[in-house]
Amino acid sequence: MAAKSNLKNMALSLTLVCLVCSAVLGCVYAVTSGPIKDAEIAKTNASIARVLPAFEGQPSAETVEVDGNMFNYYRVPGAGYAVISTVGGFGGPLSLMVGIGEDGIICNTVVLSHSETPGLGAKCQTEASFIDQFKGWDPAAKRLAVTKDGGDVDAITASTITSRAYSAAIANAYNVYLKLRENE
Amino acid sequence: MSKFGLITKGLLKENPTFVLVLGMCPTLATTTSAMNGLEMGLATMFVLILSNIVISLIAPVVPDKVHIPVYIVVIATFVTVLQLLMQAFVPQVYETLGLFIPLIVVNCIVLGRAEAFACKNSVGDSALDGIGIGLGFTLSLTVIGIVREILGSGSLFGWKFISGDGILAFVMAPGAFLVLGYLMVLFNKLAKR
Repeated sequence: MAAKSNLKNMALSLTLVCLVCSAVLGCVYAVTSGPIKDAEIAKTNASIARVLPAFEGQPSAETVEVDGNMFNYYRVPGAGYAVISTVGGFGGPLSLMVGIGEDGIICNTVVLSHSETPGLGAKCQTEASFIDQFKGWDPAAKRLAVTKDGGDVDAITASTITSRAYSAAIANAYNVYLKLRENE
Repeated sequence: MSKFGLITKGLLKENPTFVLVLGMCPTLATTTSAMNGLEMGLATMFVLILSNIVISLIAPVVPDKVHIPVYIVVIATFVTVLQLLMQAFVPQVYETLGLFIPLIVVNCIVLGRAEAFACKNSVGDSALDGIGIGLGFTLSLTVIGIVREILGSGSLFGWKFISGDGILAFVMAPGAFLVLGYLMVLFNKLAKR
């Protein structure tokens, strides 16, 4: 059974346990930090590859300020821009990566993270008829708002708020694109 | 108790979910599908086995008054190790379970087994107890996940057998409580025999 407590052995045992534990964590961190970075880069590259036509090399992350908000984006020469755009959805932040070609036409969109309701808003990740309508969308000609708000986006059934957020995220990404074009 | 009994008691007599009713937070939150339940169960089992082993080793020399902080540090270390490993090698799983991995630290099953079993028993028996309770937890979570996935999404381990949606309520929180309640009744009825 446990040893009798006194100040010396209490302090000693806690110090020892914490020392050993931090040493173990340090070792595990040293081993895993490389693979964790690789996994993150692989994930970002996979997203960029989905929203933009084929590209080579490693696009680097850059930041731009539009209307007081900071946006991260990836410039892929010859293919276009992959803009990360986050808006408030129904259940929390909805983060998209939007691929915009050199000509200002949207190539594709992909959800990076969301907290929408499973089975309703979460369909923005899987419902092909919703996602595919944005492929080849020209924001200069068609309005990025759901039909209920007088726009051209067909909302997901029973998930108007999510669809609205999704459209707004793309519209924000397009504003980033316009700003970047202006700067170039 | 026989070595075999140590493992089977976690499945039936001391099933952490349906009999002891411990660790309800991950049980209710992560069982939206069979796969999520299984992954959460395995993650908890990993921490449970390792913390049981280490705690049974150090228990005789840890002073009585600081034993809880010491156990928590040990458990938190294993959880962080697990978190880093998952982030590095199975990032998709890490993304679905996300927040609930660090919460294993405060899962009362883990500290409960440390206090109730590991600190009084040998290393071998503690490891077996970890395996038994871990298996019981994994199986329970998987069963809840299976029921919720079939009713809620009309699929099983991601394989869809109906077109369209299931009964959405079962994917959300109310369904978790309903399924858990009915399974608990069923389990205790069958276990009494």
